[in-house]
Amino acid sequence: MPTATEVKERIEGGIPGASADVESSDNVHFTARVVASDFAGLSLVEQHRLVYAVFSEGELGGTIHALALTTETQ
Amino acid sequence: MTDQTENPLRGALAEAIATNDVILFMKGTPEQPMCGFSARTCAALTATKTEFSSVDVLADPRIRQELSSLSNWPTIPQLFVRGELVGGADIVGEMYESGELAAVLGADATATAEPLPGTAAPGEAAPIQIENRLG
Repeated sequence: MPTATEVKERIEGGIPGASADVESSDNVHFTARVVASDFAGLSLVEQHRLVYAVFSEGELGGTIHALALTTETQ
Repeated sequence: MTDQTENPLRGALAEAIATNDVILFMKGTPEQPMCGFSARTCAALTATKTEFSSVDVLADPRIRQELSSLSNWPTIPQLFVRGELVGGADIVGEMYESGELAAVLGADATATAEPLPGTAAPGEAAPIQIENRLG
């Protein structure tokens, strides 16, 4: 099971220049707030897709049961 | 069309999205949501007093798999309005709070959602069950 720190590192490593605040009380349900300049000009759906793309197929809904996500443009 | 012949479920999902103005793919039903994220999304829709259709993805594990590959969105719930993916629980919640959800839905709030036309062969159960709900 990933820790909040690992999820933060995954997101920041996958989206150049992104900064993520990730919290989890059980390492299964995560809450993330991601700020990235790459989000500029993208719809919310496209912004969330960028974050989701960091994870492998089946990982969201699998080992990461839930990722509550807020995205903001820098 | 080839896709639909080879994959009736995916065809049925695409048709459900195309023919229902507001359709929510969720875990459980609006009366009995089986997941907090689905429950929250239903609550936001209900609060906007919009009629919406819903599909319980738990009815068959293949629904979720096909839906995610069709929509390029990994998680449930998924809200579609007039054929477009609006988002999952987080986006719908955010848009509800900003008033944007009502604006998106309000543009066509009086439209009546149609039940899925018979996409299954006679004698076969329809691949997905759609419920129409008054929000």
